[in-house]
Amino acid sequence: MNAVETERREHYLNVNYGLKSWLLTTDHKRIAWLYLVSVTFFFFIGGLFATLIRLELLTPQGDLVQAETYNKFFTMHGVTMIFFFLIPSIPAVLGNFLIPMMIGARDLAFPRLNLASWYIYILGGLFTLTAAAAGGVDTGWTFYTPYSSIYSNTNVALTVIGIFITGFSSILTGLNFVVTIHKMRAPGMTWFRLPLFVWSHYATSIIFVLGTPVLAISLALVAIERLFDLGIFDPTRGGDPLLFQHLFWFYSHPAVYIMILPGMGVISELIPCFSRKRVFGYEFVAFSSLAIAVLGFLVWGHHMFVSGQSVYAGMVFSLLSFLVAIPSAIKVFNWTATLYKGSISYDAPMLYALGFIGLFTIGGLTGLFVATLGVNIHVHDTYFVIAHFHYIMVGSAVMAYMGGIHFWWPKMTGRMYPEGWARLAALIIFIGFNLTFFPQFVLGYLGMPRRYHVYPPEFQVLNVMSSAGASILAVGYVLPLVYMIWSLRYGAVAGKNPWRARGLEWETLSPPPTDNFEVTPLVTAEAYAYDVAEPEALYSGRPAHV
Amino acid sequence: MSLGFSLFPEQASTMAGRVDALFFFLIGVAVFFVSLIFFLVVFFAVKYRRRSEDERPMPITGNLALEIFWIVVPLGLTMVMFIWGALLFFDTYHPPKNAVEINVVAKQWMWKAQHPQGQREINELHVPVGQAIKLMLTSEDVIHDFFVPAFRIKKDVLPGRYTTMWFQATKPGAYHLFCAQYCGTQHSGMIGRIVVMEPADYVRWLGGGATGVSMTEAGEKLFQRLGCSTCHRPDGTGQGPSLVGLFGKPVELQGGKTVTADENYIRESILDPRAKITARYQPVMPIFKGLVSEEGILQLIAYIKSLERQERERTQR
Ligand code: HEM
Ligand SMILES: [Cu+2]
Ligand SMILES: [Cu+2]
Repeated sequence: MNAVETERREHYLNVNYGLKSWLLTTDHKRIAWLYLVSVTFFFFIGGLFATLIRLELLTPQGDLVQAETYNKFFTMHGVTMIFFFLIPSIPAVLGNFLIPMMIGARDLAFPRLNLASWYIYILGGLFTLTAAAAGGVDTGWTFYTPYSSIYSNTNVALTVIGIFITGFSSILTGLNFVVTIHKMRAPGMTWFRLPLFVWSHYATSIIFVLGTPVLAISLALVAIERLFDLGIFDPTRGGDPLLFQHLFWFYSHPAVYIMILPGMGVISELIPCFSRKRVFGYEFVAFSSLAIAVLGFLVWGHHMFVSGQSVYAGMVFSLLSFLVAIPSAIKVFNWTATLYKGSISYDAPMLYALGFIGLFTIGGLTGLFVATLGVNIHVHDTYFVIAHFHYIMVGSAVMAYMGGIHFWWPKMTGRMYPEGWARLAALIIFIGFNLTFFPQFVLGYLGMPRRYHVYPPEFQVLNVMSSAGASILAVGYVLPLVYMIWSLRYGAVAGKNPWRARGLEWETLSPPPTDNFEVTPLVTAEAYAYDVAEPEALYSGRPAHV
Repeated sequence: MSLGFSLFPEQASTMAGRVDALFFFLIGVAVFFVSLIFFLVVFFAVKYRRRSEDERPMPITGNLALEIFWIVVPLGLTMVMFIWGALLFFDTYHPPKNAVEINVVAKQWMWKAQHPQGQREINELHVPVGQAIKLMLTSEDVIHDFFVPAFRIKKDVLPGRYTTMWFQATKPGAYHLFCAQYCGTQHSGMIGRIVVMEPADYVRWLGGGATGVSMTEAGEKLFQRLGCSTCHRPDGTGQGPSLVGLFGKPVELQGGKTVTADENYIRESILDPRAKITARYQPVMPIFKGLVSEEGILQLIAYIKSLERQERERTQR
């Protein structure tokens, strides 16, 4: 199909035009775009704060900004990156766009609820941005009491209300996904024929629905304590400051899996496609997602080993934390095994996927360090923990997100991104990332605490390395922004299935029609049937010749 | 404390070497797996690179034995980490019997220490080498964290309750003390020094600038001044129970429950006496919240702890 034809054919992007047609759309694919634009916006806001942090830390003295301003920077960085970028990123953009198509449905189960989720998210974001513009917050993204509830004189209540509101967007999205996956699978799309991307979003949705209310409660309590002067977390009035940490981590530990599970889903699509092989150990990869979702609810106390909780509580939480590491290990081994005897190409999405495997391995293994009680007492609340979770959240989750955006870009836009530039960007990100965060492991073990505006001079060399790496990383993130926008107009026309990938989303046109499929597909084979010559045979109802 | 560039922190406590040994074990495991995965990924990616656009590799769906293998081996390794780490952690909760107790009160943004002999210091803590030190920590405002990298230990410092930690320094010198729990504007300024001294120097240091009033003496004075002594008589004839021999013992409460009389219980009984009423006594004790400082409470506790010994010495005489 050539460009002219794409222009003429009706698809979800050109059925109608104008701002209103976007702001009132109930098409999951258009809503995915609303999210894409908004999370990208928040990503660069968060990135701006990260830049300011790294600039300040170039020197041991606090010479760029005041201490209070610095504290606001890292708080705003964490809040925007976690609640407004990473949590919605893959689920709300790629999940929204792909889940209906992957299971052969025309939309999500509740299209209007889906749009409402986006408005709720934006409303929450506006609250938080208003809080930032009106002077900021300085509690850290963790909002520990009683600092956040009594002592801080910044805009805590407003920020917390923003996050509270946004939480409902997650809950509704999760609900929508669960119902859709249960009820709207095309004929023949059995549970064990689902792409692993769908499995991991199913697990994520469970966490959204069960975990987010607890976050909402804990943040609401902070706001109530501030606004109405109640002593819920205030020990001088019989409150308990540790209660907050329990509530907060009961959500926020599972939330770290909200951030990584969808990424794991993306990787489980990319690796088979670019090795032309079914995922090794499909059932193990699928069930490990569920295991993570369930076990993830039982380990919150590993953020509180030195908080003064009882020694036995510490031991139980440590033991369970090791158990939750096993499903992650299973996935890494299975992805690696998928490469064996494959037909591997080095397209940009695959470079991200391979980078993901490496960085996630480092992130996961250092998770074992921090889960080990005897070592945690030294590295807790130091840069070691910062490095650990950035390997997971940036090195892995954001890598997966980038890989996924590149992979499905032709489907979303009908255009290819420029491959050479994309590979270059992937490489720059990989190098910049490691240079930024690896030194922080060393820094943390040396003892540099996190959230320090001023630090002893012996830590400077490693901090300078880290800041240098961050500037490389920034280039790596700005490049795709530029060439992706460029490709919207000038990219090569993609065609239906440029990667020769398997999966229902590749059976429809690029960009897809509003209803996704012209006829409801009939699924007759497993996912990832890369050994079959003509994929059409897998879905048309004709038996596949496996 | 060297100001140069270093990659590994100094070891200055009995704990440091043990934590580092475990850390090196973890590094060994991590390096092994990271190398394995990196090697396999790169090796496969090169060896099985796509040679023609129409390649269609044979499908391999999985291998149960392999799955079991790579579940069991990591599980075994993590259990070693768990047990090793838990044993160390357990020790950090149990100071040796002969540990000397020092009180630390944190507030935005400083550390205040009080030695048993009465010396006080701010943002510095002098301790003798080779002697186990137990810290009783509390905060006047938000949560802080007492972190000494060279000792490889840290503990949160909470308002409204006591947490404890202990260490035994092995090398004279001055070491960083950091607040590791974010506590507001000057969090990164809430730092200090742990000065580890030869025992003789320490004794000399204790003698210099001393107030002459030990913790227990100060506590006893408070006990009189606040009027505690009118009800809590040593022979138990007052309106309140005798406090002699109370510390560390089980206390029977109204309603039949028992609690152990530890520091947190005593603190609560002073500030909010009605929270737990001792069996067979009336809730008549006044509330002392706001009337006595955190340091004062610590002195009272030190005094109450010393009562048993004092009483024993008196009867022996
Ligand atoms: C391989 C399994 C993992 C284990 C055993 C593990 C363990 C831990 C532990 C024990 C901590 C607390 C450290 C401390 O504060 O002292 C921690 C922190 C953290 N981990 Fe993991 N982790 C693992 C994987 C992950 C994953 C998959 C994510 C997801 C994105 C993640 C994100 C985080 C975050 C965000 C924090 C820090 C939160 C904060 O204090 O701001 N970790 N991890
Ligand atoms: Cu966690
Ligand atoms: Cu602090």
